[in-house]
Amino acid sequence: MRQRSIIAITAALAAGSLTLTACGSRDEGGNSSNGDKTTVVIGVDAPLTGDLSALGLGIKNSADLAAKTANKKEYVKGVEFKIEALDDQAQPSVGQQNAQKFISNKDVLGVVGPLNSSVSQQMQKPFNDAGLTQVSPANTGTELTQGDGWKTGNSVRQFKTFFRTATTDEIQGAFAADYLYNQAKIKKVYLIDDQKTYGAGLAASFKTNFTKFGGQIVGSDHINPDDRDFNAVVAKIKKTGAEALYYGGEYPAAAPLSQQLKDSGQKIPLMGGDGIYSAEFPKLNKKAEGDLATSVGKPVEQLDSAKTFIKDYEAAGYEDDYEAYGGLTYDATWAIIEAVKLAVEGNDGKVPSDGRKAVLDAMAKVKFDGVTGTISFDEFGDTTNHTMTAYKVKNKAWAPEFSGEPKLG
Amino acid sequence: MNELPQQLANGLILGAMYGLIAIGYTMVYGIVQLINFAHGEIFMVGGFGALTVWLVLPEGFALGAAIPLMIVAGVIVSVAVATAAERFAYRPLRTAPRLAPLITAIGLSIVLQQAVWMWYPDAKKDQTFPQFEGGPIDILGANIQRGDLFVLIAAPLCMFALGLFVTKTRSGRGMQATAQDPDTAKLMGINTDRIIVMAFAIGAAFAAIAAVAYGLKNGQVGFRMGFLMGLKAFTAAVLGGIGNIYGAMLGGVVLGVAESLATGYIGDIPGMDLFGGGAWKDVWAFALLILVLLFRPQGLLGERVADRA
Repeated sequence: MRQRSIIAITAALAAGSLTLTACGSRDEGGNSSNGDKTTVVIGVDAPLTGDLSALGLGIKNSADLAAKTANKKEYVKGVEFKIEALDDQAQPSVGQQNAQKFISNKDVLGVVGPLNSSVSQQMQKPFNDAGLTQVSPANTGTELTQGDGWKTGNSVRQFKTFFRTATTDEIQGAFAADYLYNQAKIKKVYLIDDQKTYGAGLAASFKTNFTKFGGQIVGSDHINPDDRDFNAVVAKIKKTGAEALYYGGEYPAAAPLSQQLKDSGQKIPLMGGDGIYSAEFPKLNKKAEGDLATSVGKPVEQLDSAKTFIKDYEAAGYEDDYEAYGGLTYDATWAIIEAVKLAVEGNDGKVPSDGRKAVLDAMAKVKFDGVTGTISFDEFGDTTNHTMTAYKVKNKAWAPEFSGEPKLG
Repeated sequence: MNELPQQLANGLILGAMYGLIAIGYTMVYGIVQLINFAHGEIFMVGGFGALTVWLVLPEGFALGAAIPLMIVAGVIVSVAVATAAERFAYRPLRTAPRLAPLITAIGLSIVLQQAVWMWYPDAKKDQTFPQFEGGPIDILGANIQRGDLFVLIAAPLCMFALGLFVTKTRSGRGMQATAQDPDTAKLMGINTDRIIVMAFAIGAAFAAIAAVAYGLKNGQVGFRMGFLMGLKAFTAAVLGGIGNIYGAMLGGVVLGVAESLATGYIGDIPGMDLFGGGAWKDVWAFALLILVLLFRPQGLLGERVADRA
């Protein structure tokens, strides 16, 4: 009975999560003409529920803001942009179902999202088969664009439809290693990741680059991102003499990990990537002072282009904060809007009958000054903007320390 | 420095928390043979109940003085939710096949998570829970955080009180009788419906205390915190012998210590470095569970062999 009930429970849980996702969709049939304007739908896929929903809702709202701005300015004549947001719960299987929903809606000419690299892996192929453009504001897994060969220098573009405004783990890990070794003068690091695509990829890239510089990885471990008690792992770090802990993962687990690290009497900083660069991190972690994070682009607050975004975002009155990916999402959405504009202009001011193909063709030509800098895409679909910033927690908030492009070790 | 005392203390603290939650699984199972999979969420709402009290208290209120209030609020919320669940979700299904209430429990678990996510202000993100100021206390070579002292004191106290209740009071004996044979107990004039509600309520109260301990320890509560803790506590209940209250606590402590030691030491064994650490601790914990069940299918302290399987 016991064993059988566990199986039954697993099955029921799976069934339960499947049914939940089925409720999320809204079918909007019929033709899309709205008076003299054509409606173009931009899909948004992000975790709108679950422990990453803070980031996901920021993505949804920022995409919505971009569409509204374009509509208000009548940026593309004769086109009304509309956002359709689906919740992927940070689950790859749900993301794939969402991808199918977007594909079956003929008005969707581009999709923004998702947040998680592991979800993206399941969405890329269906989008590629359907020729539907996808721009992720947050996926940093290098292999998503360049394939597994990137480690050996044999990068091959994986999917012609996948673009991103976020930079890759390769660049982020290299930047973190460069900063830690050359600026913070830390030579011994303990490495932990959460075994997800993002966390493991980032940790691997950090390790490669840090050892290239001459640094030493004195130990490594993996944790379960749903756990909140890491005392056993933390006790192990003590005897290794590490001067810093590098964590590949996201803030919900990183915050207690960092706090327990310091509670155990080890005054060493935790460093992570953009997954921990959230205002929530210092809130949830009472001993965050001195912890480090890297994130893409220059600090949003420092860029003039970003000030408009922040002002507009606040004026729009969204309930949730724009969070770590707000600026990048706005840019990702705007890239699609820009591509639609190019497609419409190349077709005498009308949305082409094969809109998806026209938008995809236009993506390579997209270039504009966005919230996070100049946005354009290279031959892999990666952003050409490689600027990164290291942040440090000071007075319970992230403060920019250093911006630059990484020296690839 | 020898880290063994530290790892044992970490495991003991974690295990005491598992044990407190496991009481809820074991009592409900002992009496109605239902695995109440929403129990993890009962634990979670207790944490939010306690947090709410802290948030409405004026700024600067001492945490030590607030804790009794927070426990009371947490217990009230948890017990209210658990008894409502019993009344409206489980009681109508009491004569239904075993799988029906089990699936109801899973559904309820999802509903409770989503309800907190949707209606508790700002609960889409993990919420900060107050913690004691001040550094750790050194006990026998292990650093014990001040917040962790709470569970180390609360768990034995709760167990003692529960033990007294079950053996010495009229309701407690009624509970034992209902667990042994509900129909005969009813014939003897025991109000079994009341006993069942009581089992749910006691389990919920213990879960709420565990939730306060969880908040004090980790400095945060979140709407998903019940899932993993619930699963571990259920494991602890099975390990200790489901249906036995002391077994639940023992199972919790064994599980906690096993996880802690597996994280700390398995990787150091030559040739095992790939199988150690935080990623594998659950594997070792469940390997231990399987091992125990192989030799003692009724669990460590379980008395009744699976008579209803």
